[in-house]
Amino acid sequence: MAKRTIVPIGPYHPLQEEPEFFTLTIEGEKVVDIDVQVGYNHRGIEKISEMKTFDQIPFVVERICGICSTSHPFACVQAIEDINDIEVPERAKYIRTIVGEGERIHSHLLWLGLAGHFLGYNTVYMWAWKLREEILDVMEILYGNRNNYAMFKPGGVRRDIKDEDIPDVLKKINSIIPTLEMLKKAVMDDPVLHARTKGVGILTKEEAINYSALGPTSRASGVTKDVRKDAPYAAYDKVAWDMIVTQNGDVFDKAVVRVLETFESINIMKQCIFNLPEGEVDANIKSISAGEGIGTHEAPRGEVFHYIRSDGTNTPIRHKVRAPTFMNLPTYKATIIGETIADASIILAAIDPCYCCTERMAVRDTKGKKLYGGEELIRLSQEKTEKLRAKYV
Amino acid sequence: MSFKLKALLKSPWVFHLSTGSCNNCDIEILDCLTPRFDIERFGMLLAPSIKHADVLLITGSCNRKSATRLKRLYEQAPKPILVVAIGECSLSRGMFIHSYNCPLPLDKIIPVDVYIPGCPPKPEAIIAGVVKLIGKVKSKTKK
Repeated sequence: MAKRTIVPIGPYHPLQEEPEFFTLTIEGEKVVDIDVQVGYNHRGIEKISEMKTFDQIPFVVERICGICSTSHPFACVQAIEDINDIEVPERAKYIRTIVGEGERIHSHLLWLGLAGHFLGYNTVYMWAWKLREEILDVMEILYGNRNNYAMFKPGGVRRDIKDEDIPDVLKKINSIIPTLEMLKKAVMDDPVLHARTKGVGILTKEEAINYSALGPTSRASGVTKDVRKDAPYAAYDKVAWDMIVTQNGDVFDKAVVRVLETFESINIMKQCIFNLPEGEVDANIKSISAGEGIGTHEAPRGEVFHYIRSDGTNTPIRHKVRAPTFMNLPTYKATIIGETIADASIILAAIDPCYCCTERMAVRDTKGKKLYGGEELIRLSQEKTEKLRAKYV
Repeated sequence: MSFKLKALLKSPWVFHLSTGSCNNCDIEILDCLTPRFDIERFGMLLAPSIKHADVLLITGSCNRKSATRLKRLYEQAPKPILVVAIGECSLSRGMFIHSYNCPLPLDKIIPVDVYIPGCPPKPEAIIAGVVKLIGKVKSKTKK
């Protein structure tokens, strides 16, 4: 057997803005094994959510993740509405769709920029993030903040879109399309980018299905899976749009899916703004009865799932969140093993991992076996509490 | 003003550390580097390692796992190092104050020089914060 070396990446490194710890086992240049350790971002949001009222929960889940600060409240309010089968006003549905798609545009641009940065193409990084600023301006006009919009509430949306804002918004959106076209051409025709990303980190269709990959990660492998099409919610069944699916499953295809989805999102957003119906934006829910509900939303990274159980009081008794990265992370086993160490960073970035979304569980899993069982975790956690207490007090 | 501090203030290299944040503040920090805000105008650069850094930007609510790493990073940093707490979470833990995993606020773990509030603070606020920090250090050393 050749000599094996372990390359630790993280937990604090310039590669990504979030803390995570990868252990790559390499033989020469080839990666033969990978282990991911998470938990640097765990804040116990599900437990905090159980202390809050139904009206406060959208604010809490918004802070699960800064990039997905629409996806989580979107799924969460749908779960709350599912408990009582509350019908949301039409106008609120359209506004929700506009918020959701705006987030998808800025998230995909953010990924494109970071991917360019990882490949050493800082020009792509700067261009993509410059474009992203325009979308953040649209957000600021419509919702009053660049991130964390606080638009969602059970039964509708918190704020209405003003008619006098719409011309400005349309102008901004239209202004980014030519630049985006140019960026798309620049990314897709660049021979160096082709060489770096084509045939790298391939996730086959079977593997994508077996690993239950979600979102662009699965759609790049030819799996036609999108909550917006499969189980339409909000206004997604009332606007015309295409699901972007490519067949190769490599890093290049993942990038292509994201870039093309950005155009679809702009399309959806514009259709929603043009067809915005008149009327109320809030169903004015008075109380939530006992029961349980689920809500899903196609976040930029894949399906996000929220489960809420209520006992008739104003707080939930259980709130479970499953973020898309939780499902996409294990696909590293299929994509990175056998690749060279130089390609590792772009393959790791290709699923657009989001650790702050994922980390509400602390059981680590390598090679299919659990390192720590539930009891042991609790024991370790208690020991650590004691240690920390001794250290800090 | 010592030679070391004078050189530091001319072109502060920042190191960014997320101790369990929601990513928003981190993205706003990266936003500062991109064309619209471009803090390289002021000589600020994102340093790849804490050993090269003059300013430590900290985001997030300091959970149990990252608190120990944070202390270690602070010990590794070349002194003098200036610490900036960015965002509501690192100021007071914000809405995570009741969380079982966020036992202490940041300034109980390491000394903090400047606090930038906001959820998330806008890039303009972050730049203003760092500029204020430089002003503070300069006025202190003059006396």
